[in-house]
Amino acid sequence: MTTTTKPATPVATTRSRRPRAGALALRQGRLEITQFLRSRESVVFTMGFPIIMILIFASIFHGTIGGEVKVTQYFITGMIATGLMTVSFQNLGIWIPVERDRGMLKRYRGTPMPKWVWFAGKVIMVVVIGIAETALLLAFAVALFDLDLPGTAGKWLTFGWVAVLGVTACTLSGIAISSLARSARSGSAVVTPVSLVLQFISGVFFVFTELPTWMQQVATLFPLKWMCQGLRSVFLPESFGAQEPGGSFELGRVAMVLALWCVIGLVLCLTTFRWTTKRDG
Amino acid sequence: MDDELAISVRGLRKAYGDNVAVAGVDLDVHRGEVFALLGPNGAGKTTTVEILEGYRHRDAGEVSVLGADPANPDVTWRSRVGIVLQSTGEFDELTVAEVIRHFSGFYPDAEDPDKVIERVGLAGKAKARTHTLSGGQKRRLDVALGIIGRPELLFLDEPTTGFDPEARREFWDLIRALAAVGTTIVLTTHYLDEAESLADRVGVIVGGRLAEVAAPNRLGNRQEALATVSWRTPEGTLESAQSATPTAFVADLAARYDGEVPGLTVTRPTLEDVYLTMIGHA
Repeated sequence: MTTTTKPATPVATTRSRRPRAGALALRQGRLEITQFLRSRESVVFTMGFPIIMILIFASIFHGTIGGEVKVTQYFITGMIATGLMTVSFQNLGIWIPVERDRGMLKRYRGTPMPKWVWFAGKVIMVVVIGIAETALLLAFAVALFDLDLPGTAGKWLTFGWVAVLGVTACTLSGIAISSLARSARSGSAVVTPVSLVLQFISGVFFVFTELPTWMQQVATLFPLKWMCQGLRSVFLPESFGAQEPGGSFELGRVAMVLALWCVIGLVLCLTTFRWTTKRDG
Repeated sequence: MDDELAISVRGLRKAYGDNVAVAGVDLDVHRGEVFALLGPNGAGKTTTVEILEGYRHRDAGEVSVLGADPANPDVTWRSRVGIVLQSTGEFDELTVAEVIRHFSGFYPDAEDPDKVIERVGLAGKAKARTHTLSGGQKRRLDVALGIIGRPELLFLDEPTTGFDPEARREFWDLIRALAAVGTTIVLTTHYLDEAESLADRVGVIVGGRLAEVAAPNRLGNRQEALATVSWRTPEGTLESAQSATPTAFVADLAARYDGEVPGLTVTRPTLEDVYLTMIGHA
């Protein structure tokens, strides 16, 4: 602590250099990505999980579904959806309580950073990591298991909007559920069972239509099932739509349910989000 | 509202359920003043300060901080206030320089991050991940984040916890340098020497109320308090007496012992004595 340095002038001189909001959000996003990449467990479990799962699945099952589609082609849809949910819902639901517990959020609240910048930083992180993770997963599947990528612009477009809506719904739900955890450690206890159960009942690990009907109906209430279904329309032949519970891929319904979850998630975020822990007032 | 006041508080109250943390505090802090809030744990120091910082909502009372109500802090107000919380914020994945640089980006007229790192004595640790810092070094990082925005008003909640004596002296120099350029400083502390050495005025908060506000050397009428004169008798036993006129008393003693009084000391209550009496642990 040298006192020889010329001390700051506390009187307001130029207030014109207020940082621009867009630049602040990008900086925040970059910081979030740095933090994510530097915590090894996040990288391994968030980015590696879907890849490990597709490796296991492709190694166990070699057959085809309906005689024309490789098993990998079917399960890649579930893995992409799971990957997107992991990077958004699970990642935020586990890490935000940690950041809250460590006093990072409280620290941010004491600065002139506009609140939304912090959320924007999280969204940027989720989007960038989500794209990277999905690309990696597809690259693995194409290289090792001859996955057929979507052949038309229309299918890529569907891929795009299903992913965006799904990630948005899961991001907002992840932020919302983060307020349920009372401490850093309880974050994963709250989130992991929820996402594991959803993965089992939403057709990530099994062919959805082979699940018990009641299980299918429960899954219908949550976004993951609809993300999987939307992605099946991208990766499976048109004819497979007839085997879906609704008799088609029901893309209109996919959009509707996911959008509804975006609204629910947003309302929960706005009403329940806490910057400090309970003991912190 | 008086423009010369950085902080004005009237009838501040805050309860958590049945537990009344702040029970009617009135307080003025002048611009450019260094004000220390003393008090035992649980007396309401942090609650009071966190209400002033805009972290907690009050139940009742009027509060003005830099001319605004901190209950609804806006971005401009936030950029004029620096905060060092009692608990550290742990950005484990980042380095010291990364955290400070990132936070400097939030302020319109931030200090140069490298200079701040230097000022708080973390130059040798700039590239270290923050989780590798010692407790005292983490605290220095907190202080750096508090001053990075060149605040007009700086809150420090027990800032020197975990500092070794040398680091505390360096921190005191830093605070004096900030005060010298007109920064208003409100600090809470457990260290009476810290309050005595830094503060223009101290407030003692006990049971959610301000027991007294005064200059450190005037607290509890220290100036006027009876002096204690002690000396040793020729037989070697320690004698002591309280006196309002210690000079005359010592002159008497000198006459009695024919010049040199063995083991003579004259003391007045220290800030610690006064403080302990006030909080009821005399």
